[in-house]
Amino acid sequence: MSDARLDVRKTYKLLINGAYPRSESGRSYEVTAAKGDFLANVAQGSRKDVRDAVTAARAAQAKWWNATAYNRGQVIYRLAEMAESRRDELSEHVALAEGVNARTSQKTVSASIDRMVWYAGWTDKIAQVLGGTNPVAGPYFNFSIPVPSGVVGVVCVQDSSLEGFVDAVLAPLCVGNTVVAIASESRPTPAVLLGEMTSSSDFPAGVLNIVTGLADELAPVLAAHEDVDGLDLSGVTTEAADGLAALGAGSIKRVYRPHAQESDSSLRRLRAFVETSTVWHTIGQ
Amino acid sequence: MGDRQLANSQLGSLEYDPAPESASIAKLKSSYGLFIDGKFAAAEADASFATVNPANEESLSMVAHASTADVDRAVVSARHAYDKVWSKTTGAQRSKYLFRIARLIQERSRELAVVETLDNGKPIRESRDVDIPLAAAHFFYYAGWADKLDHAGFGVNPKPLGVAGQIIPWNFPLLMAAWKLAPALAAGNTCVLKPAETTPLSALILAEILEQAELPPGVVNIITGDGSTGAALVDHPDVDKIAFTGSTEVGRMIQQRTAASHKHLTLELGGKGANIVFEDAPIDEMIEGIIDGIFFNQGHVCCAGSRLLVQESVADEVLRRLVRRVEQLRVGDPLDKNTDVGAINSAAQLLRIRQLTDFGESEGATRYTSSCELPQKGYWFAPTVFADVSQSHRIAREEIFGPVLSVLTFRTPEEAVAKANNTNYGLACGVWSEKGSRTLWVAERLRAGVIWANAYNRFDPTSPFGGMRESGFGREGGRHGLEAYLNV
Amino acid sequence: MSTAPLRLVTEQDRSVQIAATIAVPTIESEAQLKALLTSLSGVDAVGAEARAAKLSTRSIKKATKLAAIEMAISMIDLTTLEGADTPGRVTSLCTKAMRPDPRDLTVPAVAAVCVYPDLVAHARSVLGSSPVAVASVATSFPSGRASLKVKLTDVREAVSAGADEIDMVIDRGAFLSGRIGQVYDEVVAVKEACGDAHLKVILETGELATYDNVRRASWIAMLGGADFIKTSTGKVTVNATLPVALVMLEAVRDFAETAGPTIGVKVAGGIRSSKDAIRYLVLVNETVGSTWLTPNLFRFGASSLLNDLLMQRLKQQRGAYVRADEFSVD
Repeated sequence: MSDARLDVRKTYKLLINGAYPRSESGRSYEVTAAKGDFLANVAQGSRKDVRDAVTAARAAQAKWWNATAYNRGQVIYRLAEMAESRRDELSEHVALAEGVNARTSQKTVSASIDRMVWYAGWTDKIAQVLGGTNPVAGPYFNFSIPVPSGVVGVVCVQDSSLEGFVDAVLAPLCVGNTVVAIASESRPTPAVLLGEMTSSSDFPAGVLNIVTGLADELAPVLAAHEDVDGLDLSGVTTEAADGLAALGAGSIKRVYRPHAQESDSSLRRLRAFVETSTVWHTIGQ
Repeated sequence: MGDRQLANSQLGSLEYDPAPESASIAKLKSSYGLFIDGKFAAAEADASFATVNPANEESLSMVAHASTADVDRAVVSARHAYDKVWSKTTGAQRSKYLFRIARLIQERSRELAVVETLDNGKPIRESRDVDIPLAAAHFFYYAGWADKLDHAGFGVNPKPLGVAGQIIPWNFPLLMAAWKLAPALAAGNTCVLKPAETTPLSALILAEILEQAELPPGVVNIITGDGSTGAALVDHPDVDKIAFTGSTEVGRMIQQRTAASHKHLTLELGGKGANIVFEDAPIDEMIEGIIDGIFFNQGHVCCAGSRLLVQESVADEVLRRLVRRVEQLRVGDPLDKNTDVGAINSAAQLLRIRQLTDFGESEGATRYTSSCELPQKGYWFAPTVFADVSQSHRIAREEIFGPVLSVLTFRTPEEAVAKANNTNYGLACGVWSEKGSRTLWVAERLRAGVIWANAYNRFDPTSPFGGMRESGFGREGGRHGLEAYLNV
Repeated sequence: MSTAPLRLVTEQDRSVQIAATIAVPTIESEAQLKALLTSLSGVDAVGAEARAAKLSTRSIKKATKLAAIEMAISMIDLTTLEGADTPGRVTSLCTKAMRPDPRDLTVPAVAAVCVYPDLVAHARSVLGSSPVAVASVATSFPSGRASLKVKLTDVREAVSAGADEIDMVIDRGAFLSGRIGQVYDEVVAVKEACGDAHLKVILETGELATYDNVRRASWIAMLGGADFIKTSTGKVTVNATLPVALVMLEAVRDFAETAGPTIGVKVAGGIRSSKDAIRYLVLVNETVGSTWLTPNLFRFGASSLLNDLLMQRLKQQRGAYVRADEFSVD
């Protein structure tokens, strides 16, 4: 008789509105490690799940933007704290998902956490970099401020399961958007883990929503959904992206497609999902 | 014209029982050394002096007095740390140190608030709700710049200055330390910080926090002492940058002494802030703003609204409400959570306030002083309002740095601006009106580094703070606050 | 070392010889009323909310806390305003109102019970000669959407059934569309219909939305003859808040300095905890002063608040947290 202890296996669920439901379709799909062995049955999200996630993101957006920039920064920094304290778990999943050794995956986790810290520090500075006063030729006080586009749909990169996910979701979040993310289809578990950590990071419900599933099925839903203001197509092939961008044009979405070599300190992702609001006020006795 | 004490009115039927914050959380040591190269050690010849609680004149602890030799040791340590460690530390790493420090301040916030109140005399409500949270917020804010300097508007890869000598005042001890250290470290400098003589303790607790954060030794050195310690730091040839907050008088001396040197300099000095009230001001909030502007922190605020410029058409009504409101201020035990106005920081400051206030009376202004009871021991001054003040009165021109308000009148916006600007200072002003265009018109014309509209004494790490003319130069806070610590 | 007890400048201090400058005329036309309201100062929302928040940090402990709790109990209008109200419910409420804690007769009775007009007679009969007053809502509470004739009939029936106090609602539709003369006239008419009964005028501050509107509506009500101005019906999403109460207290303070009568303030809706109640008392104390710290000039419209006050009182006495079931659920 074996004394080996049977471990309790984890179910990987969606993150919608601060809760962790299974897909309303009841489906799940098999996720394997990079080396081919079974990793988990992950919820296979449906169009209705995406719809529910968008509803949650929209409901949460006004409150997220009305919080102080300082508060948003504190929330994102706390996510970094959570990730640091659970770094081994994240590292294990990155190693399995991406097929790299422990040393490499630990480096990836460290880089990802440092990125979280980078984004946390942007919330109360982006307005100072992207905004300012405009010296119009008349007696008016004129200033421009960056305001969030609203709800951003993200199709996450397929290969970079953690670092890529962090960049894709925290950039729109830190400037005040709420996000519906479709995690990497083949490597979703690190993203799901990070999603779990938002619960202990004081993330308000609905600010970050994660739907796992098949990109081909879910991306068009996001792209066509008229209540989504911005679209990040990083996780889609170039051909598919063309079609999705065209779909997004239906409601004049702001569409972001990554450049081949984008530097770490580029602000392009931050700028992609802000709108510039300019106010004039008369000056006179 | 004598001093008109407001009569005692009937006692309220909701008298507040004492609600003292416990001092036991402070756990102060009986003595502190200098914090140099990551550890505490005695000063040369064990020189030390007592720091006193101004609310009761009792000694709190003995702190070291840094001699010129001690100052030299600190600068050497800072230079070494800069060359060998800090200049090789990436922005991302510096960022994480600063985030750690911010978190530790948050975690030890209650302890720090009590220490601040004991050492400075300010009400616990203020140290708890204003000083400590803002200090943490400053570290959080600048933590986020350390890894983004390319985007700060100073070009790509801006370089730090090197070793910064920083001298801070006694009115917001921990907050001033945060205002100095956070941007300096974010930009990549190392620091030698000299806290004020009468308020060294919270900086010494901060030193413990720096140890807990595992900041590399020598990156921050904290050396206590008096004016001679500060002078030695200013004069030290291996300091690249001097940042000073304090009186215009001392700032002038520092500028003179560093004029012929290579040292970069920023100064944050005194002020005689004008709170301008138009007839359409939101009346109740304006009264609170005037009160807050001059009695917050016992008036020990460089940007205090120490002059009220009120439109003549509403002057009587405003004065009536002001005087009524002054009488409601609770003056007393700083550790009592219901205290509004605490103790004056030192006997010397109290003397100065008394001298200038006596002068105000002899100059012919009408004096109203709160009838509040003052404790027997400690340094106390009852909130005071002078009406019928003229531009030429000393109390309209000189910084009193205490809970004393001078009230003058004006007729038109242009006159308000002229009177507000009629000073060698230029730190802060307030403008009270519901007409936006007029507020902006006035703000454009005021020579002040900070202008509050329908508010006063609001501070935020993202918002640049600093003066014009003899209130100093350079800004602290915001993206602009990095400039002082970068070689740009 | 003691902190000076809180005082407020009173009549004696008028010797300071700076007279209040607002004199209030009799209202003869809507235009005149509009001019008066326009002359009132605006309210800066940020400043008002900051002031209310700062006063919330007052630390009320020990004997002060006990005194405040008992004061609050004596200021409650114990309320039931449900479609499902029955004589049985009202009996229960009145019994509790007269004797909130049957085991401790030192607990004061509440100020009043507050019911719908058709239950006034029953409340009166249960209360008998108790000093607890009967307050009735009226004027087509809570919406106020009916003809003046209907609203006045509502008032008269409540009064003749034995109501000591009438809580009316102003016409918010009229206010928000600028017909302030109509709002004023209705207050005057209701006051007349009240006879000897005291009139509380509900502004429904949640629907007025801005503090400026709250200030103006307060003045309309006071000029129209209100004995009390009241924040809310409790039937909308946003009811009493500390900043709104602050603005109303400032209004009664300013009014008292000009026209003379001291008018009371009632805060209603959403006040459930002793902590909240004490915060309102601090607001009263530091805005208008101790003169208003009496049920004659300050009330809480509440239901579950009473049990929380009783619990906190017991906790102060016993020194430990107590269970909710110590007190009756009515």
